[in-house]
Amino acid sequence: MAAPVSAGTRLQPQPLDPPARLRWYGVVVVALAFVPFVAPADVAATATRILALALLAVSLDLLVGVGGMPSLGQAAPFGVGVYAAGLTARELTPFAPVQVLVAVAAGALLSALLGWLVVRSRGTYLLMLSLALAELVHTLAGKWDALTGGTNGLVGVPALTFAPGGEPVRLAGLVYWWVLAVAVVGFLVVVVVSRSAFGRSLRGIRDNEARMSSLGYSTFRVKYTAFVISGAVAGLAGALWMAQTRFASPEDLGFHVSAFALLAVVIGGRGSLWGAVLGAALVGVIRDEFGPQLGGRGPLLLGIAFIAAVYLLPHGFAGLRLRRARTQGHP
Amino acid sequence: MSTLLALDGVSKQYGSLMAVDGVTLGIERGARHALIGPNGAGKSTLFGLIAGTSATTAGTIALAGEDITRRSDSWRARVGVAKTFQHSSLFLSLSVADNIALAAQRLTGHGLRIRTRAAHCPGVAEEVERCLALVGLADRPQVRVSALSHGERRQLEVAVALATRPRLLLLDEPTAGMSAAESGRFVGLVESLPPDVTVLLIEHDLDVVFRLADRISVLHLGKLLADGTPEQVRADEVVQQAYLGSGAARELFLTSPGSP
Repeated sequence: MAAPVSAGTRLQPQPLDPPARLRWYGVVVVALAFVPFVAPADVAATATRILALALLAVSLDLLVGVGGMPSLGQAAPFGVGVYAAGLTARELTPFAPVQVLVAVAAGALLSALLGWLVVRSRGTYLLMLSLALAELVHTLAGKWDALTGGTNGLVGVPALTFAPGGEPVRLAGLVYWWVLAVAVVGFLVVVVVSRSAFGRSLRGIRDNEARMSSLGYSTFRVKYTAFVISGAVAGLAGALWMAQTRFASPEDLGFHVSAFALLAVVIGGRGSLWGAVLGAALVGVIRDEFGPQLGGRGPLLLGIAFIAAVYLLPHGFAGLRLRRARTQGHP
Repeated sequence: MSTLLALDGVSKQYGSLMAVDGVTLGIERGARHALIGPNGAGKSTLFGLIAGTSATTAGTIALAGEDITRRSDSWRARVGVAKTFQHSSLFLSLSVADNIALAAQRLTGHGLRIRTRAAHCPGVAEEVERCLALVGLADRPQVRVSALSHGERRQLEVAVALATRPRLLLLDEPTAGMSAAESGRFVGLVESLPPDVTVLLIEHDLDVVFRLADRISVLHLGKLLADGTPEQVRADEVVQQAYLGSGAARELFLTSPGSP
């Protein structure tokens, strides 16, 4: 579907038509699927965790980039998903799909509770309110010894199985493939939501909430629905994190997880979804790979990366195409 | 004709300032009703009260006999009250077509549909095309609103309001910033609206007012100064006195209709 090229369209990035976009997604997924063949097990394990964090960033991008709700509390549904998946595996069944479903439900339920309050605020207030509520959940996880194991964390989580009562899957590469497959599904869910009529309503609210209201929309309903969907996907990301780490601690609900996700969204470019994946990959590699080599100065490097991103890529990775279009000039 | 909108003693007070002061006014169904008055007369404030974007401090507003004084703006929009904004209020990062589609998909009930793709909402594309053609933006559907000129944004503002298929259309200075040609096209657009759509119009261009309006109300310092047919209002001495401070208005009031 080629848009007519006129003065107004010239500086805009021309969106890829859907088949071309799908081809690109396919190429990236196939390339990612080859990681366990070429990388050692510890790299595959790191890549698994980065996939989980990338899905967390994508879930946050639905709120921040598409919906204009800058949440600093995305660790709450994520962490609850981590615990829900771990507890399900330990107490109920290590059958992987069950963990995923329980974590999705837990993330959605928590967001349904918190969102009732959070989406009534805007801008900086939403940022602070979401942070405060996430910190409450964080503290609760540290205190509720009977359920969460308190500050010792949730231990003794068995390896996941691909069949009820089947063999525990211990190979890092297999876990990686499982996480990749589920993360792709989660990513596509967010893409579908973003491209739906509902997604358009959400963008309308991001641009001009008052006008949406005067067009007859209940903006609360739109924002609340988006918040719950985002929480469900964050819970899913939590289950994927648990699939690799098999350990949960209150720190999975901590401020730094929320900040990490928001940083990934900003570096990747708000609202583009795939930009959030790239942002999470960059932030994850810096934090987990280079950070330890620098003797715990990972956050410093992250800070520098953040400043560089804001100056060099004001629209994140997703803005690169726009900049290229601008410097080359369209026909 | 029956009354569609009935204002009874409607007031809006900001601190010690009475922005709208006890306005009692009936708008007939199907009317082309103009609201005029000098700057600061409270016209836009009154529009806000009718559309529900701000709350009255006294009085009642009734639409088709039903008291809507305490209803929210979105509720009023759903029963057919649409308003354009004096300063364009659009969705800047979206395309022209998507701006109208947001109004259209609310009407078709797709606004909350997750499994309906935005590009394939049944009925929405047709409505977008219709509204674009009405206001003369048919050749620019994919342009981002932030790239539109001021006049084009005014046109789009009207298109978005029309896409809600309103019963009562509130137009707040629709031709402000439009070129003469655009403003002429706008008059044609309002004339071509179905007769059951009631139009209430704030307008400073008295040429436009006298071409369109079958009834005129004059607001001055928050109070309703006069209300009647264009001839009655033109002949009203109180109105002339209120306008005497403004040379341009005096000129327009003292010349006959149709003369430049």
